[in-house]
Amino acid sequence: MDFSVALLQIKPKLGRVADNLALIKEQVEQAIVQKADLAVLPELALTGYFLKDLVPEVAIGLDSPEIDALKELSQRISIAVGFVEVTADFQFYNSAAWFEDGELKHLHRKVYLPTYGLFDEQRYLGRGDRFRAFDTKFGRVGLLVCEDMWHLSAPYLLAMDGATTLVCLSSSPGRGVDEQTLGTATAWRNLTTSTARFLTCRVVYVNRVGYEDGVGFWGGSHVVAPSGEVIAAAPEFDPAILQVSLTDAELRRERISSPLVRDENLCITLRELSRIDQERSC
Amino acid sequence: MSRLNINTKLVRRMLVGFLQDEIWKVGAKKAVLGLSGGIDSALVCHLAAEALGPENVHAICMPYKTSNPESESHARLVAEASGVQFSVVGITPMVDAYFDQFPDANNMRRGNKMARERMTILFDHSALYGGLVLGTSNKTELLLGYGTLYGDMASALNPIGDLYKTQVWQLSEEVGVPKPVIEKKPSADLWAGQTDEEELGFTYREVDELLYRMVDQRADTAELVAAGFKQEFISSIYSKVQNSHFKRRLPVIAKVSGRTIDRDFRYSRDWGK
Repeated sequence: MDFSVALLQIKPKLGRVADNLALIKEQVEQAIVQKADLAVLPELALTGYFLKDLVPEVAIGLDSPEIDALKELSQRISIAVGFVEVTADFQFYNSAAWFEDGELKHLHRKVYLPTYGLFDEQRYLGRGDRFRAFDTKFGRVGLLVCEDMWHLSAPYLLAMDGATTLVCLSSSPGRGVDEQTLGTATAWRNLTTSTARFLTCRVVYVNRVGYEDGVGFWGGSHVVAPSGEVIAAAPEFDPAILQVSLTDAELRRERISSPLVRDENLCITLRELSRIDQERSC
Repeated sequence: MSRLNINTKLVRRMLVGFLQDEIWKVGAKKAVLGLSGGIDSALVCHLAAEALGPENVHAICMPYKTSNPESESHARLVAEASGVQFSVVGITPMVDAYFDQFPDANNMRRGNKMARERMTILFDHSALYGGLVLGTSNKTELLLGYGTLYGDMASALNPIGDLYKTQVWQLSEEVGVPKPVIEKKPSADLWAGQTDEEELGFTYREVDELLYRMVDQRADTAELVAAGFKQEFISSIYSKVQNSHFKRRLPVIAKVSGRTIDRDFRYSRDWGK
C-alpha cells in the first residue's frame, strides 16, 4: 500500500515525560493535519537520552496513562515512538512501540545497548531478546532502536521475517568532525543506504536534535528507497517535520530487478550459524 | 593536509547551537566572558554574539598593571567587531592589596591569583546580568593543564574545550575574529614579552599533532614514534596530561554512604532541562 510517513525530528527535554508527551502530541497532530498516515519519532522521545539514574523515574508501564494517550492518538494515525518501559517485575528497557488503530500493535525492546565511548546504556537498562517483524496497514515492518541497526543480523532477521519497511528510531550524538563532514552523519547514511540496498527494504531513519550536557544530537532524519537511494532528508541539528510518500511500485520494481531477498538461502545461513555456535561452545 | 583540519562551517553551527540550547534551556538569555585580547576568548565572544545576539553578551577586559596595553586594545577590537557589550575592570588594586601581605610571592602564585581574581569578577557579573559565564580554555591547554584551577578554567559552559589550538585558529578565521588577534603570538600575558610557546618549550602545532594522535586516535607509543615523534617529547606530554588530570575533575569525595555524588549518584547536568 502507498503511504505517507512523517518523520518527527524533535528535541525532547531530559527527564520531562509530561512535557515531551505534550510535544509529541502536538507534532503528531501536525502530521495528521498534513495528512500523513504514519508518524515516526526518535528513540527515547518521551524521556531524552542521557538519563543515567533517572531511568527508573521516567519509566512507564504499558498500562500507563501516557501509553493510553498514544493509543488514543493512533485512532487517527499510526505512530512509532521510543520510551523507557518498566515491566511488572521492574525490569527497565529502551523500548519502541508501534501504535495503530487505537492499539499497541508491536513492542520492540532494544537489543544492542551501546556501552562504550560516550554510551553507558547497559549500566542502566535491560537487554531485549528478539527481532520480530509485524504486519501493519503499510505492509510488514521491522522496528529497530539506534544501535540495533549497527548489527547486521538485526535488519537481516527482520527482512527474512518479511519486513519490507525498516523503521529505525535513533538518538545519535554528532561527533567526529573532519575537514569535510560530521563523522556520525556520514557513517549513518552509509549504514542506512547499504542496509536498504542489501535487503531491498525501505529504511525510515528518525534521529533527534538538541543538546544534552554539551552533546549535540545531529538530526538529519531520512528515508531510503529499496534501491539504496536517499529519497528525502531533514536538516541537521534543527527540529523538523519531514513528510515523504512511499509507493509499492518502487518496492515492487526493486524486488523484481534485485531479487536478493528471494535468493537469500536461510538453510545455509542456519547450518553455518549452528556450526559456528557449536564450535564456539566447545 | 593536517588531520586537525575541520569543516569550520559545521563546527560553527554546532557551537552556536550548543550555546543557544544550553543557555536558553536554563531560562537565561545572556552570557558573560572575560576578553583577554587573545584568540580563544575572541572566538568565544564571536560565537556568543552570533548565538545570543551581541546585546546579550557582556565581555569584560580585566587588565593588571603589567598587562601588555596591546591586550586591552585587541579586546576592544574584538568587542567592536562582534558588537558585544564591553567594559574594563582593572584588577591591580585587589591583587596588589593581597600581595602587599606576601611580597615574596613568585610569578606562578601571582598569575594564579590574577586568574582567580578575574574569575570572581566574571561570576559577580553573572549575578549582575543573569548571564552564564563562558569558558575560553581550548582542548590543548585543558589537556596540558596550562590553566589555573578555579581561575580561567572555571565557567558554566565552554564552547571551545573540544577544539585544539590549531582548530581555534581555523574557526577564528571563519567567524571573523580580527586579523591582528589571529596572527599574534599566543600569550598568557602575565609579564611583558611572555609567549606560551616559549614557556611551554614547543609549538602548539607540534603538540596538537601529538595530542590528536595520543588522545583522539589512542595511538600507543610505538605508533607515535613511528609517526616521527621523539620518545622524550611523547613522555613529557603524557606526563603533563596525567599530572594535570586533577584539574579536569571535580574534587574527590570520600565515600561513606551507599550513594555518593558522582560515583553512584549519577545524573546529567541537564537533568530536567
